[in-house]
Amino acid sequence: MQKAGSDSNKVTGPLWVNAEITYKCPLHCVFCYNPVDYATFGPELTTEEWLKTFREARDLGAVQLGISGGEPLMRDDVEVMVAEASDMGYYVNLITSGIGLTEKRISAFKEGGLGQIQLSFQDSTKELNDFLSSTRTFDLKSKVAKLIKEYEYPMVLNVVLHRLNIDHIQQILEMAEAMGAEHVELANSQYYAWAMENRKYLMPSRKQLEHAEEVTNRFRDRVGNKMKIYFVVPDYYSTRPKKCMNGWGVVFLNVAADGLALPCHEARMLPGLEFPNVRDHDVRWIWQESPGFAAYRGDSWMKEPCRSCPEKENDLGGCRCQAYMLTGDAANADPVCDKSPHHHLITEQVELAQQPQPPAAEIKPIILFRDDKNSRKLAEREAAHRDDTTPVT
Amino acid sequence: MSESSGSKLSEDAAVSLEAQFRFQFEPAQDSYVLLYPEGLVKLEGSAGEIMKRVDGNKTVSQIIADLEATFPGVDLRQDVIDFLEHAYAKGWIRQ
Ligand code: SF4
Ligand code: SF4
Repeated sequence: MQKAGSDSNKVTGPLWVNAEITYKCPLHCVFCYNPVDYATFGPELTTEEWLKTFREARDLGAVQLGISGGEPLMRDDVEVMVAEASDMGYYVNLITSGIGLTEKRISAFKEGGLGQIQLSFQDSTKELNDFLSSTRTFDLKSKVAKLIKEYEYPMVLNVVLHRLNIDHIQQILEMAEAMGAEHVELANSQYYAWAMENRKYLMPSRKQLEHAEEVTNRFRDRVGNKMKIYFVVPDYYSTRPKKCMNGWGVVFLNVAADGLALPCHEARMLPGLEFPNVRDHDVRWIWQESPGFAAYRGDSWMKEPCRSCPEKENDLGGCRCQAYMLTGDAANADPVCDKSPHHHLITEQVELAQQPQPPAAEIKPIILFRDDKNSRKLAEREAAHRDDTTPVT
Repeated sequence: MSESSGSKLSEDAAVSLEAQFRFQFEPAQDSYVLLYPEGLVKLEGSAGEIMKRVDGNKTVSQIIADLEATFPGVDLRQDVIDFLEHAYAKGWIRQ
């Protein structure tokens, strides 16, 4: 194995495995973080293949397992996965939109040892700005919320905020309260995948953010401890990047529905890296030996300004995928950083977000909803782009 | 989770792990750990030994007695109480 710079020789982890067990989803969120070309991926891993992957990661010391998607409940073997994984010693987290969560299923999950359920609140109906008044959505969520409580799980609600829903923050919080939510995460969408395609429609203005934070703070003061509220602003509004995934190949292993093993949800898009498939390799090799996982581990890959930056331990240069998407080179500093020569790519977008935009009704026909048809279209576009940039020999 | 810093544990009531928490030994870390939604804390040394005895049946004084029997000659009383108070304030255990 290559030994580089100050990197420690001993590779530890992973601690956290996220299994995107399917990309099927009845919803069509405009901010979906699934790869845009998901519809062209090969077949999903079988139950046995998932269990083998969980076992191998567990042997390396992984303790947290996230079962997500897509909508994981589109598969009928989640019960088996939950029970087997918690037998292996995992703390199992289910991340779901709630669609398909019946009493029968939740009682099997409880029986199997499921640790927690995270319910995501998706304004995913094509009604877009009507979603809050859509009684169908509310009825469904309330039913699911009731089940979650009946089975003695804490009510953890994730709401993705963006330009088109953030002004409804008061209603969103009231809805969360009505459902008895104990933890509410209000995170602005991050601009990857589908959200990157729709970025200019999704990025809130500074004024919107200030208003939303103000409402949130007032709400917090009123409800006190019975509801913990986290508010996350888009990283475009900061001058230092986040320490993405706590470091590349340090704690987090993402396994996609088709078996591709990745250091984060989005890394599949990075050019020039071959990521291994759990069908072909065991997790030990993938984590400790594969070039894909070694590529950006530690800091020896860094360029300036990160390489000589006194702050590099704080953020490890930010997100590789964001650096690649915006600057064309994954080894550049994440342009969120104001020391990056590409930082203007961020500030320009932020400035754009301060401009007025057409009302939601006009955006609706042009914004890109996550569905199979759009996914195939985007896959074609990416393939064409790849052909354009491959040097002819 | 209880916001109970300041409130005292009774020595004569049983203590148990809060729902949502899972306690186990992790060979990969050579340590006991406490798992909860999306997180973990390592409970090294005496912390692990104390938590191991939090089983929903033993009271605080029984836990102390049990530990003193396992590690004779050491006065563990205050350590145990301090750790359990800490665990209670953190919302890991309940009475
Ligand atoms: S973000 Fe929306 S569309 Fe994407 S997987 Fe989740 S629920 Fe489905
Ligand atoms: S220059 Fe690089 S390492 Fe330094 S703060 Fe910016 S992103 Fe982080």
